[in-house]
Amino acid sequence: MSFTYAPALESRSVVDIASSYGLFIDGEFTEATGGKVFKTVSPSSEEVLSEVAHGSAEDVDRAVKAARKAFEKWSALPGAERAKYLFRIARIIQERSRELAVLETLDNGKPIKETRDADLPLVAAHFFYYAGWADKLDHAGYGANPRPLGVAGQVIPWNFPLLMLAWKIAPALATGNTVVLKPAETTPLSALFFADICRQAGLPKGVVNIVTGDGTTGAALVAHEGVNKVAFTGSTAVGKAIARTVAGSDKKLTLELGGKGANIVFDDAPIDQAVEGIVQGIFFNQGQVCCAGSRLLVQESIQDELLDSLKRRLSTLRLGDPLDKNTDIGAINSAEQLARITELADSGEAEGAERWAPACELPENGYWFAPTLFTNVTQAHRIAREEIFGPVLSVLSFRTPGEAVAKANNSQYGLSAGIWTEKGSRMLAVASKLRAGVVWANTFNKFDPTSPFGGFKESGFGREGGRHGLEAYLDV
Amino acid sequence: MPTTVPAHGNDAAGRLTELADVTASDSALRRFLHGLPGVDAVGLEARAASLGTRSIKTTAKAYAIDLAISMIDLTTLEGADTPGKVRALAAKAVNPDPTDRTTPRTAAVCVYPDMVATAKAALTGTDVKVASVATAFPAGRAALPVKLADTRDAIAAGADEIDMVIDRGAFLAGRYMDVFEEIRAVKTECGDKARLKVIFETGELSTYDNIRRASWIGMLAGADFIKTSTGKVAVNATPSNTLLMLEAVRDFRALTGVQIGVKPAGGIRTTKDAIKFLVLVNETVGEDWLDNHWFRFGASSLLNDLLMQRQKLSTGRYSGPDYVTVD
Repeated sequence: MSFTYAPALESRSVVDIASSYGLFIDGEFTEATGGKVFKTVSPSSEEVLSEVAHGSAEDVDRAVKAARKAFEKWSALPGAERAKYLFRIARIIQERSRELAVLETLDNGKPIKETRDADLPLVAAHFFYYAGWADKLDHAGYGANPRPLGVAGQVIPWNFPLLMLAWKIAPALATGNTVVLKPAETTPLSALFFADICRQAGLPKGVVNIVTGDGTTGAALVAHEGVNKVAFTGSTAVGKAIARTVAGSDKKLTLELGGKGANIVFDDAPIDQAVEGIVQGIFFNQGQVCCAGSRLLVQESIQDELLDSLKRRLSTLRLGDPLDKNTDIGAINSAEQLARITELADSGEAEGAERWAPACELPENGYWFAPTLFTNVTQAHRIAREEIFGPVLSVLSFRTPGEAVAKANNSQYGLSAGIWTEKGSRMLAVASKLRAGVVWANTFNKFDPTSPFGGFKESGFGREGGRHGLEAYLDV
Repeated sequence: MPTTVPAHGNDAAGRLTELADVTASDSALRRFLHGLPGVDAVGLEARAASLGTRSIKTTAKAYAIDLAISMIDLTTLEGADTPGKVRALAAKAVNPDPTDRTTPRTAAVCVYPDMVATAKAALTGTDVKVASVATAFPAGRAALPVKLADTRDAIAAGADEIDMVIDRGAFLAGRYMDVFEEIRAVKTECGDKARLKVIFETGELSTYDNIRRASWIGMLAGADFIKTSTGKVAVNATPSNTLLMLEAVRDFRALTGVQIGVKPAGGIRTTKDAIKFLVLVNETVGEDWLDNHWFRFGASSLLNDLLMQRQKLSTGRYSGPDYVTVD
């Protein structure tokens, strides 16, 4: 008899999803002009969760005007007063974290283990952290009384819906800006629940506005002339389009775009922990992470040993119902994303790389992709260069530290990297040569609100998090 | 110099001989141990903690509780131990829950050498083993002949298993070969009469790198089981040090084909804790170790908590401490 885990489902009853949602503008939920709506589905079952208003350019205009009106009083509040609202929001998020975790898992497809243990704690921590800055801006290194920019237009992705919202809204409000936020088309629900939290916290009307919709809604928001600051997290292609839109205006811009992170494992690495770090690097959130460690660079002398360990470990990953507390790998967020992952993985095979995946049964409904790794990958392969944004790892080898650095940097991106070695001097020497916004040493995909995050090259510019994250929202 | 004694299986001795060059000299052994991959403490603890979040419910919980009961070395190691106390413990090992005869027996009763005969007599006719600590347990601060005599006594009195302690002083002073040879000498004393569990006292070795090295010394020297602790120091079995030792037996089997058991001991008191350890076993070394021949819990109060949880699963109600027997 084997130790088979019985289903351990988190209860759906802790969250009450309405059949339809409007836009959150000036403190009220309203219908979209023209009444257009779209459906949001659960990626693990394709069940329709709710119908959401599709914001038009007119709706964006209403939202920006509401934010502009609210800006006057909000920015004039003493920092300590703004902090009170942010602390209150952070506490409500903690109190409602189980509900929000279940909601996020339903709408996004990621495992409840991750929303419960990673997303939600980080969301609350981000609000607590920036709440603490609100009355200390004079000491942030930007001179006395640094001023906010005005209305921030923020567009966020679907991979960490609520966490990306927190990364955008917390620093904006702490510094005295007001916001119009456009959540991703496939994951609008947690932002709408956040709107409710703003009301619960008594946040003044118009300080936070949520306009749901698709790419056209986002485009209208970043192009709106009443917006003083644009913050975008998402694909490099859309990021470039946004940069073109705001060029020539006085809008301040930060972009957090794609990545092709190199996870470098030296022969003196703590092997068991490196294997865990590789798994955490590329299979966390089904690999749908901009800073994923999607390229494994392993020293040739330990390649076989490491790959054996890695494959053994991948065979223990549990793929399935995201609401099961023992699920490690959930669903891919959308049919569109699944198609993109499938296409790129197929190109890896076509270009001569060797594909491997553990025996793994995929559920019938929903969007699923088995954890996959490719060996015999070279720098010339598409799967070594393009961001897959899925649970697919490309394994490359190197012989010397110099070669590892050269290969790691040989990418259009520069968001993240990892170094695995027991030798501190090597860690520091290699880290200083990597052109990546975040370099993790003997760990991967660890986040903290105190630490700035952002990219080199086509991974974008500007930093979010930490003291650095204030700069993007201040007129400095 | 004692000869190498097989840990397990017909060809085990041969396989271990293949690693003979590793233990050929003090410097060779040192180089080998220091050439093992390092352990990143943060990563190891994070992995153990993450496996600790597995949610084990209903049928899985029932399976895990019975498995855990069957893996217990029901232990009493007190200066105040008496024949009466040992007989009571033995009775409990054979029949843990007098209200439910379907309850599995524990794997063994673990006592000091002078109590082995009493335990053996009380357990005659059952499959519950008698384990005896030996080698000047718990400190291990005695001369080798004394330790060997201690072991011999326990075996002569009928012990099926010997739980020896390593010389932590020698280990921490870097005299790895002394530790290795002492284990080998005790193993020779055990011969095929008793299985040998080697206690590292991980709380005193202090670092994870040391625990990994000690595990390899024990396995190379012919341990049948590697065991975390005596239960007599501040830090005993933890999910992290047990995970590390499971990785060691996994790697050792991959290299030699020889399977070695693991026994966390001390500090495991609740069903919840025990299930976390079983999850570690399940997801690190798998089914092959999910059997009391290969995995044990050194514990005393754990049994009653498992029994109460077992009753809860079958009746739907929590009982209380008066519905299980005091030891």
